[in-house]
Amino acid sequence: MPESIRFTLNAKPVTITAEGDRNLLSVLRTDLGLTGPKFGCGEGICGSCTILLNNEPVRSCQMKVKDVEGASIVTIEGLAKDGALHPLQNAFIAHDALQCGYCTPGMILTAHGFLSHTPNPTREETIAAMEDNLCRCGAHKRIVEAIQDAAKTMKGGQAS
Amino acid sequence: MSKKMRQDQGQQEISLLSVTRRQFLKQMGIVGGGIFVYFNVGNLDAWSLTKREGFLNAKIPTDFNAFLRVGTDGKISCFTGKIEMGQGAITSLPQMLAEELDVSYDAVNLVMGDTDLCPWDVGTFGSLSIRHFGIVLREAASEAKGVLKELAGDILKQPAIDLGTRDGFVYVKATPAQKVSYAQLTQGKIIEKHLDTPPLKPHTEYAIMGKSMLHQDARDKVTGKAKYAGDIRLPGMLYAAILRPPAHGAELKNLDLSGAKQMEDVLVIEDGDLIAVLHPFPDKAKKALAKIKAEYTTPETGLDHDTIFDHLQAVAPVGKTTSSAGDLETGRGMAAHSLEETYLNSYVAHAPMEPHTAVASFENGKCTVWASTQTPFSTRDRIAAVLNLKPEMVRMITPFVGGGFGGKGEPGNQAVEAARLAKIVGKPVQVAWSREEEFFYDTFRPAAIVKIKSGIDAGGKIVYWDNTVYFAGEGGSAPIYDIPHSRTVIRGEWRQNDPGSHPFAVGPWRAPANNTNTYAQELQIHMLAAKAGMDPLAFRLHNLKDQRMIGVLEAAAKQFGWGSTKSADGRGYGISCGIDTGTYVAHMAEVEVDKNTGKIKVKRVVCAQDMGFVVNPQGAKIQMEGCITMGLGYALAEEIHFKNGKIFDLNFDSYQLPRFSWLPEIETVLVDNKDLPPQGGGEPAIVGMGAVLACAVFDATGAKVLQLPMTSERVKKALATI
Ligand code: FES
Ligand code: FES
Repeated sequence: MPESIRFTLNAKPVTITAEGDRNLLSVLRTDLGLTGPKFGCGEGICGSCTILLNNEPVRSCQMKVKDVEGASIVTIEGLAKDGALHPLQNAFIAHDALQCGYCTPGMILTAHGFLSHTPNPTREETIAAMEDNLCRCGAHKRIVEAIQDAAKTMKGGQAS
Repeated sequence: MSKKMRQDQGQQEISLLSVTRRQFLKQMGIVGGGIFVYFNVGNLDAWSLTKREGFLNAKIPTDFNAFLRVGTDGKISCFTGKIEMGQGAITSLPQMLAEELDVSYDAVNLVMGDTDLCPWDVGTFGSLSIRHFGIVLREAASEAKGVLKELAGDILKQPAIDLGTRDGFVYVKATPAQKVSYAQLTQGKIIEKHLDTPPLKPHTEYAIMGKSMLHQDARDKVTGKAKYAGDIRLPGMLYAAILRPPAHGAELKNLDLSGAKQMEDVLVIEDGDLIAVLHPFPDKAKKALAKIKAEYTTPETGLDHDTIFDHLQAVAPVGKTTSSAGDLETGRGMAAHSLEETYLNSYVAHAPMEPHTAVASFENGKCTVWASTQTPFSTRDRIAAVLNLKPEMVRMITPFVGGGFGGKGEPGNQAVEAARLAKIVGKPVQVAWSREEEFFYDTFRPAAIVKIKSGIDAGGKIVYWDNTVYFAGEGGSAPIYDIPHSRTVIRGEWRQNDPGSHPFAVGPWRAPANNTNTYAQELQIHMLAAKAGMDPLAFRLHNLKDQRMIGVLEAAAKQFGWGSTKSADGRGYGISCGIDTGTYVAHMAEVEVDKNTGKIKVKRVVCAQDMGFVVNPQGAKIQMEGCITMGLGYALAEEIHFKNGKIFDLNFDSYQLPRFSWLPEIETVLVDNKDLPPQGGGEPAIVGMGAVLACAVFDATGAKVLQLPMTSERVKKALATI
């Protein structure tokens, strides 16, 4: 049965009417028209569909829409503030840390969650944190460099 | 006005054009004028034509192939059937255009992969975009510049020879303040120009080409704005979920659609072999699909990922000799040591992060399809054939493609499926393959066998080389060393599915044939060096004559510091040399092998590449890094397991892509060779990855790992036979 589900999406309140067991990634991409969260595997393995749920990265393909009732969701579309890109976004551009770009939203949001807990990561910590995000183009080297660099810019997680 | 240039005002001129071209200009919205350059290569000399010979001998057609417009706003538009899938053409093609036309990089707008706006193109693969298309593009730009100068000559009252071009202006060389902008020059005029062979700037005058440029599309990609096929949403659009067989060769015996039909808002379509459910939400379509009951019979072919190699050798066609020198018998007579080995390579998937996706919509009988494809034009033609439409009644639009690697070329089945369904239901339809469908219908890199018999004389010179390649194909199979007696025989190609050979589709995979051939040859070379008792670098240099290869090998050795340290226990150094798409490449790597577990850790990879003139050095290095990282996969882990047509690896749980923790130190070196026109850059650096790591494992342990990928089990098995 469709129910009314409320949450915050990219700092705006939304209410949708849907069966609570609908797939969250599908709802974000179709009902709510977003393009940032991507479908990569549908099984929680690749990280393309990553979003921030109450500031923590989660894999939206593994969630039901009722799970986000009352929560705050940020997708890649909501990361820039007033037109100013987030330091991670800037660092990905500056380091050319992407090729086809399909994994990029998931990479940036996973890194975002990681840096919020580990503001001054070592290279090894960054690699470990990103381990379960897949990139077929092989942008890994630059992604690691971009995240390390963004961490420095953010100087201990001020910009979030 | 020189040559065949025609200048006119408006309609009269257009009426002289062929129908297609007239349509074309209409689609371009020619109001106001501009200069148009067609690349008509029909009357070029032989040398120019060979430059344009592409992959699979596909020639850039003799009709116009790309289309350049100098607009009345001074902006340059280039319409190309090439697509952007991460390789960076969207950045480097405008660089080339801006350079030749003397406009700023920002003034160039590239329209890619739209079959209504862009002239026919063979497709985006084989590192062709820069190597072949780029030359034509620059010539068109130079031609347009010539036209602009002649127009300016009339206004500035100076002969063209006394005019220069800079920043979108034509100026008088003696008095640079006297100038006229491209925008002014094209105002109110429609000028059509066919391409001759205009002069290109020498590299010494380059200001934009050769500079590192950041990816032009990066901002859209880090903000989620960049649209891929799945991001196209149309009003009333339905998402399709399609019934799939459990195995290749399976036949449908019983079908019960009632469960799906009972679901609300679900459309169930049965159209011959295409059985699909559609719903406004993709997850609901998926649920409906699960309600379909289907029984299949599956074939008992007895073929699996182990038996396939004997099978392929048994059914291989006679083949053809693709290179030979001297006389093998004589060579064998000269040998002091001989080495015969058989190398196996497994099926691997393309596995782009974006699965095949397409959206199709009909309007007034015309079908528009947005698809993730490397070949918009042949996919258009296939859709037209299947739907019995004229090709011009199908328009393909290619948004950003989320990785291709050769896997998103023909046959474009997802686009055909979307078009068929959209026609039946009369609404826009999106077909987005699941990861399981992506693996199941992938055109895998073919499993292959390479048999090399070779020998060296007492002085460490290779004296014969007898190479038979089964199903890998020809790329990279010709010996790169100076060998007096040799023969290469190719039995079965990578692209054609000889009936009865592979149990599923195979096709081009980043650097077709070359990964397999380079792996076999270079491991053979490394082992020959051991037989000769020589350092593997010294042995290679001793047997090489090709100066470009020696150049990249020495560059790699210098960066790597070859020979300065002796490898510690369990550590080893590897080397690989290769040639792909006109580019020379050498790899060196250090690995650590755990002899108990058979696990390989790659510590460091150095790659030196001579790719002629480098248009965008940063872009080139990114491609090299991508190749090295992706290449870790087929070297160490990637392999499709199957039996009786059933594919066991259908997602990333069992099919292992390279991950962050695999990342070695990567160092790339571009060997300066400015006088050679740009060569391929999207794939050369992947061809040596299997080879360099197998050589390093041999160096570390003495184990000959004769099958890729080098899984722990295979390494342990190889260690046990020492
Ligand atoms: S699509 Fe959700 S993790 Fe892959
Ligand atoms: S950039 Fe293509 S998958 Fe990561």
